[in-house]
Order: sequence, then C-alpha cells, then structure tokens
Amino acid sequence: MISAQAYGENGKMKEYHYTGPVEHKFSPYAFNGGTVLAVAGEDFAIVASDTRLSEGYSIHSRDSPKCYKLTDTTVLGCSGFHGDCLTLTKIIEARLKMYKHSNNKSMTSGAIAAMLSTILYGRRFFPYYVYNIIGGLDEEGRGAVYSFDPVGSYQRDTYKAGGSASAMLQPLLDNQIGFKNMENVEHVPLTQEKAVQLVKDVFISAAERDVYTGDALKVCIVSKEGIKEEIVPLRKD
Amino acid sequence: MTLLSLSVSQVTTYATPPLEPSRPIARVRAGERRDYSSHPSKFLKSCSCEDGVCIDLNHGTTTLAFKFRHGVIVAVDSRASAGKYIASKEANKVIEINPYLLGTMSGSAADCQYWERLLAKECRLYKLRNKQRISVSAASKLLSNMMLGYRGMGLSMGSMICGWDKQGPGLYYVDDNGTRLSGRMFSTGCGNSYAYGVVDSGYREDMTVEEAYELGRRGIAHATHRDAYSGGVVNLYHMQEDGWIKVCKEDVSELIHRYKKGMF
Repeated sequence: MISAQAYGENGKMKEYHYTGPVEHKFSPYAFNGGTVLAVAGEDFAIVASDTRLSEGYSIHSRDSPKCYKLTDTTVLGCSGFHGDCLTLTKIIEARLKMYKHSNNKSMTSGAIAAMLSTILYGRRFFPYYVYNIIGGLDEEGRGAVYSFDPVGSYQRDTYKAGGSASAMLQPLLDNQIGFKNMENVEHVPLTQEKAVQLVKDVFISAAERDVYTGDALKVCIVSKEGIKEEIVPLRKD
Repeated sequence: MTLLSLSVSQVTTYATPPLEPSRPIARVRAGERRDYSSHPSKFLKSCSCEDGVCIDLNHGTTTLAFKFRHGVIVAVDSRASAGKYIASKEANKVIEINPYLLGTMSGSAADCQYWERLLAKECRLYKLRNKQRISVSAASKLLSNMMLGYRGMGLSMGSMICGWDKQGPGLYYVDDNGTRLSGRMFSTGCGNSYAYGVVDSGYREDMTVEEAYELGRRGIAHATHRDAYSGGVVNLYHMQEDGWIKVCKEDVSELIHRYKKGMF
C-alpha cells in the first residue's frame, strides 16, 4: 500500500532506504489490557474488574469481564493475555471438579490459591502471561485476597490491584485502605458499602488515565449470603 | 491387506535426520519427559518487553543469617519487586519448614516458594518414614540436588537453611547453581554486600542475645537503606535449642530514624 509518506514535497516518490536486515519473530504472547482489583473486609471480599478487551490500538470488546466465579465463596480475577486467561480458568474449573468428586467438598479459598500457584509454576519455562488475584472468604468467614505473579509466587493480602493500571491504583489503595502516609487519622475498619464505593471511585480514576481500562466495571461482592454482581458504566473513550 | 503393509513399510523406511543439539540436552529427571535443547531462560527474556508484553517476575532481597553462642539469628527484608514496580511490601521470605528448621528466600519469589515448599514436603515425608527429624545437612542437600536437576534453566534462588539438630545449630547456604556451603555467617540477595559490611564489623562470637538481635536488625536496615530492591519490614527469627521463635517485625524506616544519629 502506498502512503503519503512515500512521496516527497515535489510530488516525486522518495528514494527507497534500506535499513538493513530486520528479524521478525512470532511472539506467543499478546497484551490484552484490563485491570483487576480485590479488597478483603471483615466478613466480605470484593473482586472488581473492568470489561475492556484491547490489543495494541484496537478494542476487541467492551463487554469482556475478567472476574470468574470459581465457587460460592471464591472469585478469580485475571488480566494480561486473554488466551492464557481462558485456558487457565478452564484448567482451574476442571481441577475444582476433580477435587469435589474425590473429596466430597468444595475447595476453600486458601486451597485454590495454593493449587493455582502450582499450576502456574508448572509452566515455569513458558509462563501463563496472566496476573491473577483471588478474592473470597476463608474457612472462618473472613475476607481473603491472594495475589499472584505470572509464575506462581503468591501471598495473602488485604487489598491488591493487578493488570495495566495496577501501578496507579495500588498507591491509592495503600492510602485509603492501609492509611499509609496519613497522620492523625483513625484507622476505621472498612464497611462493605464504603469498600464498594471506594472500588467504583478507584476504577473511575483508572479509566481517566489508563488507555486499556474503561467501558464498564463489574463488581463481585462475596459474602456469606453468596456472590452479588454489579455493573457500573465507565468512560468509553 | 497387502496394500496396507506396503504403505506401512514405506513409512518406516523413511530416514529421519540425526538429532544434533547445539548444546547438551539438560539432564532429565526420572519420570519426566523434558527436552530443553534450546535455552528456556533466553526464551523468557526474549518475550518480555516486546510489543507491550512485559513479564516481570517478583525478585530482589536482602537476607542474612549468622551462628553465635546462643543459636542462629535469621533476618530478612520484605520487599518483592517486579521490574521497577514494588509488587509487595510485606512479602514473607522465611518458610517455617518445621519447629526446628527455617528456610530463607531470595531471588525469584516463585522459584523460592515452590522449591522450599517441596523441601518442606520432603522433610515431612522423611520424618514419617524414619521416625526422626531430618538433619539440617540432609535438608539442605535435598534442596541443592533439586537445584542441580534444573541447572542452566534459569532458576534464581539463594537460600539459607537454618536449624538445630543433633549436631547443634546448623546453617547452610544453597543456591540455584547447586552450591551448598556450611558456614557461620551468610547474606544473600542484591543487598548482601551492605549487610556483610555491617554484620562483619559488629560480630563477636560471645554476643548476648539482645546484641545479636540488634546486629541482625541493623544489617537488614542498612542494606534496605542503600539497596533499591530491598525494603519493607525486618522479620527477625532466633533459632534456639528447643526450636525457633519469631523475635520481631519492624518497619525499616523507623529503624533508620533510630540509627540516624550515626549516619551522614
């Protein structure tokens, strides 16, 4: 295809410049964007994600949420490469079923986290390009959040942001939930209503400044009554 | 029938080109079919930071441990960095294998967590099979053999196995090359040189317990002050004859404030 750049000022075609040999390689990965966030409260956990699926300069879909319900008490959020997200969730769901059939009970959040760590490490030399965050209730009914890196290192947190806008959101959560860098402030424990409102505000900020985050926000609230879902619109630009 | 056998024989006479790997195939572990005739570590590096794909893994630390008259002191920082982003400020870098064995983690977080958890499983199996606790020497050897099985594949782990067994206090350094050294004092991670400086200058074999705690704290605090990839809190453990105790968990910035008088 001949573009305008091939023509010089006087209307004649420009000289062809040979820059030297260029190596092209197939990359098995792609970056599909998206942000995931999880917050653990006293007796609830919230997992939220935006619903935009992008690649490079394009948006593939405005309705592709990144939260996956695993059990009645656990939700997984994964962002990164969408192909690996799909495969990983398929494998996790199969393993959950196998566990249920052999042990006659559902997997607890802590067990799912440990299992996900070994699944991810099984691909240590060709990783799943996925940033995972699990949110749910532990055996005592308290909120639990587990965050992972692409090869399976994990730990339990109170709150965590992952995905393209994670570096923007994590400091905001440190300040609002962890009360970091604030003086003379009472450390009030987070209520469910305040947590949901905070998550919505935080995603609105992320959509303002991150190109890969936007379109809509899906919030999954995990409590002993079950999992409640809310969809909130975000900037579509 | 004859047609089938003809086609089969045709297929089987096909000459296959001889396999000539450009570098020796890594030794495969019994029961596993893995053939890495290419470079797995180079593959991962080539995928990262190209076309917006950036796979940064959790990395970086300072850990230290030393033996003295009253046991072994283990001190670690708590920062996990992924590239230049701090992924966690409260990472747990000490694995409590059993009440008499501790393992520290430095390097790649996933490698350390996975292999030391596997080591904990092997130690438990040893206890069940032999009705006695595993020695520190044997535990560290199990870990170093696991590392040797994957030598050259790009694992990154520097760990200290500390414990108290029939031979007394034990301290071994194990790393991803398969190195396994017994010693009186080690420090691992990218901040290790700063920690060595501090602990080497303050160490005496006949320190009191409180002095030893303070030395461990100082070593980590000063290392986090100067090393970008270390920070967070100091987790301090003391390995005694009847097991380990967790001594303290102190924020590094507060420690530096306390030591400020002697600095710059």
